[in-house]
Amino acid sequence: MIALIDYGAGNLTSVRKGFSAAGAELYTPRLPVDLAGADGIIVPGVGHFSATAALDSEWRMAIGDALERGVKLFGICLGLQWLFEGSDEDEEISGLGVIAGRCRRLPPTLKVPHVGWNSLEIRGPSRLLAGVEPGTQAYFTHSYAADITPEAVAVTTHAIPFASVVETDRVFGVQFHPEKSGTAGVRMLRNFVTLCSRND
Amino acid sequence: MLSKRLIACLDVRNGCVVKGVQFEGLRNAGDPAALARRYNVEGIDELVILDVTATLESRQALAETIRAVSRELFIPLAVGGGIRSLDDAEAAIDAGADKVSINSAALGYPELITRLAARYGSQAIVVAIDAKRADGRFDVYSRSGSTVTARQAVEWAREAESRGAGEILLTSIDRDGTREGFDCELNAAVSSAVSIPVIASGGAGTFQHFLDVFTAGKADAALAASVFHYSEHAVSELKQFLASSDIPVRLQNT
Repeated sequence: MIALIDYGAGNLTSVRKGFSAAGAELYTPRLPVDLAGADGIIVPGVGHFSATAALDSEWRMAIGDALERGVKLFGICLGLQWLFEGSDEDEEISGLGVIAGRCRRLPPTLKVPHVGWNSLEIRGPSRLLAGVEPGTQAYFTHSYAADITPEAVAVTTHAIPFASVVETDRVFGVQFHPEKSGTAGVRMLRNFVTLCSRND
Repeated sequence: MLSKRLIACLDVRNGCVVKGVQFEGLRNAGDPAALARRYNVEGIDELVILDVTATLESRQALAETIRAVSRELFIPLAVGGGIRSLDDAEAAIDAGADKVSINSAALGYPELITRLAARYGSQAIVVAIDAKRADGRFDVYSRSGSTVTARQAVEWAREAESRGAGEILLTSIDRDGTREGFDCELNAAVSSAVSIPVIASGGAGTFQHFLDVFTAGKADAALAASVFHYSEHAVSELKQFLASSDIPVRLQNT
């Protein structure tokens, strides 16, 4: 069972449809305790970093407990930014902090927000990106972006290079929208579903 | 590098594509889902479904169309035509649209942009602007180009951005349907005035027109309908042409 956390940041229809095509029907936990049976947890999200304030200490604790059990965590777009320690978009709110680093506004030398298809420079071995060709393009829409840390397995450049895919043993994140990135995006969703079915 | 986007517009009425499309192997030429599938295979970057009638019956058919298209295509999908309220936007987005495009309703009630952006995020809100040249100005029209307003395109685009629009869909009324090329001057003026992406529309006739609007017109994306109907491979051939002219495009057919 894979949980899709709905904390009010945007419409989740597309994420559900994407995962449906990848072979997984997602459930929406109403309370943090509903994560108890999850094999995987998805944190989606669009919009302002302040929306992640809805993921309060109880949710954080439940997600932390799940990670300790070996559950896989997948942040999409704003959900990736939330995996980091914080974002300049709202300095009052902490991210989950499972990846050291911050999110910063993209410089205005090119148009911000960064909207459209841009390429993934794959930098390291990645289970999430298994079968995804280097240089594959994905659909982005965001104004803030994460530092390139050792967890960055793909980097994308818009005025500056930033982390477009992060991956650790149990934590995965993508700055783009895999559910809107064609067959390559659906491949990534399927890879995550496969990772959740293995408890390693 | 960020690619320039090619966006196909499907004009639909009561669940059927209005303009006839004669693709070989397309069983039902009027079926928007079949046409969308075809464009997806060709490598289109995004789709816009425009309800040209926006009657109650047509809107119900529209929701079905959105559901059918979004169930199998995993590229951004925008829906426009007759979206006048939060409820209209909700119906489209719940059915599977990623973005809604608003035009006359935003002109009549600009606060709608802010309210929609607050609810769905700016990335989901496209403000469509229909502009026509008049004495060196670009007048904004409402109601499908039938009614002139007191607004100017550049000023209105700036206001839409400040109210939370995520993109501008800019149509030249002068060029629409002419196949004489996009209005590059109009597009450049608006694109230079805002930091959100501008989608150029109206006048596409040749591959060169796209190159022109991506360079002189400073457009971030270009939208067309009939030009993609010319041949079965119009989208992929256009992308090859743009790539050979050093315009960044998404080449793989994913």
